[in-house]
Amino acid sequence: MDYIEDIEQDYGNQDRTEQLSLGLGWFSIGLGLAELLAPRALARAIGMPNASPAVLRSFGAREIGAGLAILSEPDRPAWLWSRVGGDAVDLSYLASGMNAENDNTRIGVALAAVMGVTALDVLCANQLQRSRSSRIAPRADRAVQIERVTTINRSVHDVYQFWHQFENFPTFMRHLESVEMLDERRSRWRAKAPAGLKVEWEAEIIEDRTDEWIAWRSVPGSTIENSGSVRFSPAPGARGTEVRVQLQYSPPAGTLGRGIAWLLGEEPNQQIHEDLHRFKQLMETGEIPLSDGPSLWRAAQPGDPQKIRSLAGVRS
Amino acid sequence: MKANCWYGTKTLRVEDVPDPQILNARDAIVRVTSTAICGSDLHLYNGFVPTMKRGDVLGHEFMGEVVEVGKNVKNLAVGDRVVVPFPIACGHCAQCEREMYSLCENSNPNAWMAEKLWGYSPCGIFGYSHLLGGYAGGQAEYVRVPFADVGPLKVPNHLEDDKVLFLTDIFPTGYMAADMCGIQPGDVVAVWGCGPVGQFAIKSAYLLGAERVIAIDRFDYRLRIARERANAETIDYEQADVHEALREMTGGRGPDHCIDAVGMEGHGPGLLGAYDRVKGAMMLETDRAYALRQAILACRSGGTVSVAGVYSGMIDKFPMGAIVNRSLTIKSGQCHVHRYMRPLLERIERGEIDPSFVITHHMRLDEAPEGYDIFSNKEDECLKIVLKTH
Repeated sequence: MDYIEDIEQDYGNQDRTEQLSLGLGWFSIGLGLAELLAPRALARAIGMPNASPAVLRSFGAREIGAGLAILSEPDRPAWLWSRVGGDAVDLSYLASGMNAENDNTRIGVALAAVMGVTALDVLCANQLQRSRSSRIAPRADRAVQIERVTTINRSVHDVYQFWHQFENFPTFMRHLESVEMLDERRSRWRAKAPAGLKVEWEAEIIEDRTDEWIAWRSVPGSTIENSGSVRFSPAPGARGTEVRVQLQYSPPAGTLGRGIAWLLGEEPNQQIHEDLHRFKQLMETGEIPLSDGPSLWRAAQPGDPQKIRSLAGVRS
Repeated sequence: MKANCWYGTKTLRVEDVPDPQILNARDAIVRVTSTAICGSDLHLYNGFVPTMKRGDVLGHEFMGEVVEVGKNVKNLAVGDRVVVPFPIACGHCAQCEREMYSLCENSNPNAWMAEKLWGYSPCGIFGYSHLLGGYAGGQAEYVRVPFADVGPLKVPNHLEDDKVLFLTDIFPTGYMAADMCGIQPGDVVAVWGCGPVGQFAIKSAYLLGAERVIAIDRFDYRLRIARERANAETIDYEQADVHEALREMTGGRGPDHCIDAVGMEGHGPGLLGAYDRVKGAMMLETDRAYALRQAILACRSGGTVSVAGVYSGMIDKFPMGAIVNRSLTIKSGQCHVHRYMRPLLERIERGEIDPSFVITHHMRLDEAPEGYDIFSNKEDECLKIVLKTH
């Protein structure tokens, strides 16, 4: 059994390193945007108020390029080594600014910060290289797996009945536009994908046990391969029904798609968690209560109902 | 319509905002006749509560006249005069069925924000940050009331606004604080904080059979009101050592029950007070728990510490040893107002209490920002401000 643990551990480390790599990728993009959009403010911050905005902008373009490359292939050490090269350029540029006309304390702080990031870049590149050469198994499956549970203060039968109407899903699942039943078992799903894209697939019910569970999967050849199941069981002490949802899917553009989804706040686990909360609201209260400020972007102040509904992702 | 909007720490503006409209079938729109500034509004005013957004309409203590109902609201009609509980509750989830209305599982559309801070989400609250729902509040000419078939209570016309307005929050909140103590004949109850909730906790402790109630504060006028209008004995914590004074006043036993009606902006003298101010300033602690610590240490062994004051985050130097080794019971919660409104209305109707005794100021809605300033700084012997919209 030891070797299984070894492999698991290896994959665990690999995941952590890729997390670091993704983090550095986003950092690149953030820094790059700052250099590109606010070179003068940045110049003051690093203690070189007379630094040429054009030079800083070119650094910014380089950072964004490196960042995008890392985000698309976070397990590739070459992109991290390219960041190390960029760090060397930044360090020599900062060091060249150490003179009487600049704020040397600020430059010193900036130098220390870049050296810190350089150390992380080297560490990450090294680890990626090592795990690449030592890896013998194929890449882990990239499918997203989600499992969430909630308890609903209604009978198992009521909850099963409502769920069984797949057409109901878009009322509480924010990312779904529509579900249309084609026949007893087959349905067509339309969903919003990250970055404003739309996806569509056909699914078929593969298990349906009244008041117990329903399982479905996309038909072979779908753009997004996915499957899901939901189990209904009585909660103890007449506490209603436990609803356990399980979904797996391969995101449209692999890791980059997931990264973008995360950026847009569409982290799938959280999304399904919130969808299940809406399902509970609908089942228990007959509605999805709307507030005036359903996100941090809108003040809690009365306003146009259409706007509020759309911001909350609730259909009227 | 006019509404009192939050624009940052100690920055409020009464401005014109759109009138509310029915958004859900169980909503009602209420034309506000009276609304009050709550001590917990000062936590928003002073920037102690996260997830506030510029433009948020404040206010969760309000009453008025129903002007519109959603199609699933059958128990209210246009023209009804109602008081509205500050917690928003659906009436159908497991918590509502247990009468734990402030724990309603469905009324906070932004539950995920509260889950990040507290593990699970409580109910939504009018005008009290986005993490508690992002609902526009009632310091306005009109307000939308969600789940209006569950919350609002009709009040008889012969009782004026000032007598019933506080059923929305501070009277039930003070009452629940005393109720959580499980008061037995002969019990002595100590109440930290002589603000409006503290005053109602004192009155309620007597209503529930306490032998004596001892109130603790540092403002003369508040201690005077506690003595004269609520019949409490008082301790000024800047003049006396509270622990010793309580021991002395209770035959060495300590009060049977201690109520914290202060919450997270407590002031404390001496080293611990300074400690909390420093940690707060360094963001290492969000709430100052001076009163709570003192209440725990002062409580009789085996007694109850009931926390009505609002805390939002983390506290430090919590005397867990005293709780464990002296079998203390800690009880707390945002008030389950719906549970108490009707029986307390009956007490008002029977003349057992006139809640208007806490009112020191009447102002116009336009003057809300000035009202917050006076209330926050405890100027002009301010205890409770009622804002009139017309």
